Amino acid sequence: MTSRSSSRSRAGFARRLPERGLLLLVLLVLLEGTVLPLGAASSPDVGHAEHPSEHGAEPGGHNITKKAFPVLSLDYDHVRLPFEIALWVLLASLMKLGFHLVPRLSNIVPESCLLIVVGLVVGGLIKLAGEKVPPVMNANVFFLCLLPPIILDAGYFLPIRPFMENLGTILMFAVVGTLWNAFFIGGLLYAVCQIQPANPSDLHLIGLLPCLLFGSIISAVDPVAVLAVFEEIHINELLHILVFGESLLNDAVTVVLYHLFEEFAGVGTVTLMECFLGFISFLVVALGGVLVGAIYGILAAFTSRFTSHTRVIEPLFVFVYSYMAYLSSEMFHLSGIMALISCGAVMRPYVEANISHKSHTTIKYFLKMWSSVSETLIFIFLGVATVDGPHSWNWTFVTVTVILCLVARVIGVVGLTFFMNKFRIVKLTTKDQFIIAYGGLRGAIAFALGFLLDKEHFPMREMFLTAIITVIFFTVFVQGMTIKPLVDLLAVKKKQEAKRSINEEIHTQFLDHLLTGIEDICGHYGHHHWKDKLNRFNKKYVKKCLIAGERAKEPQLIAFYHKMEMKQAIELVESGGGAKLPSAVPSTVSMQNIQPKKPLPKTAERALPQLPKGREEEIRKILRSNLQKTRQRLHSYNRHTLVVDPYEDGVTNFIKKQKMIQLEKKIKEMNKYLTVPSAAPDSPTMCRARLASGRDTDYKPDQQQKENNLCSDPQAYNVKLDSGKVPTIQVDLASPQSPDSVNVMDEFIKADAGDEDSGLMMKPPRKPGEEDGARDQQKLTRCLSDPGPSADEDEDEPFLP
Amino acid sequence: MGASQARYQQEYHDLVDKSGFSLEQIKNLHYRFHQLSGNNETISKGNLDIIPALEDNPIKSQIIDAFFDKRNQRQNETGSCEEIGFEQFVMVMSHFRPPPSPMTDAEKEAVRSLKLRFLFNMHDTGSDGTITLEEYRKVVEELLSKSEHMEEEVTKDIADAAMLEVASTNVPHMGPDEFYEGITFEHFQQILKDLEIESRMHIRFLDVDTTTMHCGKFSS
Repeated sequence: MTSRSSSRSRAGFARRLPERGLLLLVLLVLLEGTVLPLGAASSPDVGHAEHPSEHGAEPGGHNITKKAFPVLSLDYDHVRLPFEIALWVLLASLMKLGFHLVPRLSNIVPESCLLIVVGLVVGGLIKLAGEKVPPVMNANVFFLCLLPPIILDAGYFLPIRPFMENLGTILMFAVVGTLWNAFFIGGLLYAVCQIQPANPSDLHLIGLLPCLLFGSIISAVDPVAVLAVFEEIHINELLHILVFGESLLNDAVTVVLYHLFEEFAGVGTVTLMECFLGFISFLVVALGGVLVGAIYGILAAFTSRFTSHTRVIEPLFVFVYSYMAYLSSEMFHLSGIMALISCGAVMRPYVEANISHKSHTTIKYFLKMWSSVSETLIFIFLGVATVDGPHSWNWTFVTVTVILCLVARVIGVVGLTFFMNKFRIVKLTTKDQFIIAYGGLRGAIAFALGFLLDKEHFPMREMFLTAIITVIFFTVFVQGMTIKPLVDLLAVKKKQEAKRSINEEIHTQFLDHLLTGIEDICGHYGHHHWKDKLNRFNKKYVKKCLIAGERAKEPQLIAFYHKMEMKQAIELVESGGGAKLPSAVPSTVSMQNIQPKKPLPKTAERALPQLPKGREEEIRKILRSNLQKTRQRLHSYNRHTLVVDPYEDGVTNFIKKQKMIQLEKKIKEMNKYLTVPSAAPDSPTMCRARLASGRDTDYKPDQQQKENNLCSDPQAYNVKLDSGKVPTIQVDLASPQSPDSVNVMDEFIKADAGDEDSGLMMKPPRKPGEEDGARDQQKLTRCLSDPGPSADEDEDEPFLP
Repeated sequence: MGASQARYQQEYHDLVDKSGFSLEQIKNLHYRFHQLSGNNETISKGNLDIIPALEDNPIKSQIIDAFFDKRNQRQNETGSCEEIGFEQFVMVMSHFRPPPSPMTDAEKEAVRSLKLRFLFNMHDTGSDGTITLEEYRKVVEELLSKSEHMEEEVTKDIADAAMLEVASTNVPHMGPDEFYEGITFEHFQQILKDLEIESRMHIRFLDVDTTTMHCGKFSS
């Protein structure tokens, strides 16, 4: 994004100023426009429907005043709520758009800061306009609408391997670290409040439990803020997963502590029994959340198994099941965040094996879109609520809170790392520790939790809120802005963008098996042993249930390879074709260089004439030109009839075409496959007949029955030919049964006259056989019927010699 | 008894120096060795073959062969042995030692080189110093051997694609008539340099003193 903006800046500086000015003007107008209805909406006397009467009332003293028919009327009340929501979302999106047009600003200041500032501005404008600021930081809105998309996005795309490898460390930080923070901050705050110098201040009134509650609210690292800031600094995967994982998993701790202290703050004391119950409650909350998420995840995976005929609603299942997992666990006061994470992580491998490529893209983009909008809204609302909320500033309390947060974080991280490094293979260095400590940002969750506090039990609520907001501002602004230059200064390892190569994949699997084997030889049931057992269980039972059809048995390596092939094919199709696959390292190495030169077979039974040079060239030219015509055109867009996925077909077709090319090369080398009917081999008609076009012959079913061993199932291709200009290459391979073939040759010659360049269809060498006839019949009927996705799988057969 | 103990002590100290394990770890390994060998001095391939847990491992035969491969003994010999003694057993195990930390870059390179050499030897069954296409195909085949649904074509394709990748990364400009003989050790190191072998290829239990090693279902 930055490179694009910078190139734009280089393009024409003079052009940018009016552009920017125009955008600013639009934004201002929009702000004005939004402020008024947003403000007006909350004031009690909203504009009613007006009926401008054109001609006034009827003259005279009629009792019934007949109003004139309203041509144009305003009824804001009717659409108030959706209108406001839409306006906020629009504002958020425009802001996001605006920031990226000003590249210098977005390089220095992270987006979250800018958004908070915008929120402040909007809140200020609303206040200036004299209207009441809408209570946007409603806890319901936040927890039920704004938070789930972000967490689902994070959970669905969570990199499982590094997460699992570092799970111990992450749990340590999340649980022990948060507990330490909460008690340290709460306890010390209480102490500070108590030792206030003489003048009796409000602070004396704060009991220990409210302090601890405040500590537990403020101690949790916030996933939204961490995501927002860490996304921009591109730090290496280990640190990212540590801080991010911690922010996700500490939700359970926060929930338990919050409820615990809130319950008992009213009572005033906490017994040991209740502490013990609190501990049990923590286990229940955490494990319960994970369990609920896993159940819904499995349900989603199972549902996706049957969606092969209704591809359109596949993404919906993913979203709805996840949201229900969240709501269900919130219902029981379990950890909703952990439910979402586990739901996304559990369902992902199975769902991705089942759904179409398009659905996969849809899910990705929708999740990114929603989470992006949510995040933007959250920060804006934070700004607005800051302007609005009743504040009660107390210098001591606030400054002590901020300092204590920092100190507690540093001590906690250092201590825990020291302990964990004894068990880790890849130790965490001081630089890592610094980044982890510095990356402990607080965010909107803390604010929402504070907002939820009951005023009766917590008379200090406003002071708490002020302190929370200050800490949030401090972490987001100061830490958020400085972390990027610090990362550069300390030369912390950045994220590597390397694509996973097939060699790495092979060797990762190889290593897994090797280490499992060595563990077995040593007789120690360790790490790898259990992981291997889990994998085998997964493969044997779970995959069979949750993945549809053939893909259930596909080993991971093959799945990876297919995915890679698909990606390359898509790249190629998108880049407009071309014989060479775009690769990271431009190289001239091709398959020829690797295949050992096979000696040509010596004498064979039949005469082995070579294809004359001219014909060879023609074949090659036609192949090349057809490869370039691979643009697909989407078919009808009626969502009810989205049966065949033309793009996907086109891509799978493309892969097959690639295989055909290779096959063609093999055929060229091993000429023995090209047998010739007894007719004169070099006669032009014969040669031309061999290069028949696929089109016309296809529509003659009776002809199919005659030739039972020549291009027997172009019908299968016929489907594809319909859906787009798929060039297919056909090299007709005659059988040794000459009379038949000669017969058909005539047909081909006739047909050939019609269609010259509609493409050629290629067939691999087929062994002539009796069963071909029967198979052709079957293929015919199958392919002429509904060309659903099953037509895809059938096609696999002819291509494996 | 005392004399043999003393002899063992001396042997152990030698092994500590050679392999880098601690005395405790060597003792544990010796205990396991006796279990596997049925209290004999040497173990043969048959002893390792009958370990029940290895049954499901797709690359079982490669792993067992690696123990009997002379190249893994770091003495510049090639070929394979029929039986191995405890010293050879420990030497092979030393490839899976957790890396000492902190490591300097040079040490990291050395450790990585050692472990990659072990992997290379496992693939290079022909002992000619390169992994040919056939050998690589065999590797992929073995990896996929335990999965029920195996298409031969795909296995070949994967191996070919992998080989192509190695060739493209290491020798980018080859003419159409040149032939890429096989993956040499340098190329092997090059393509796997991002995998961080030195921190991934290790067995955890060798790190901690275990007196509670499971014997599994192994019976002599």
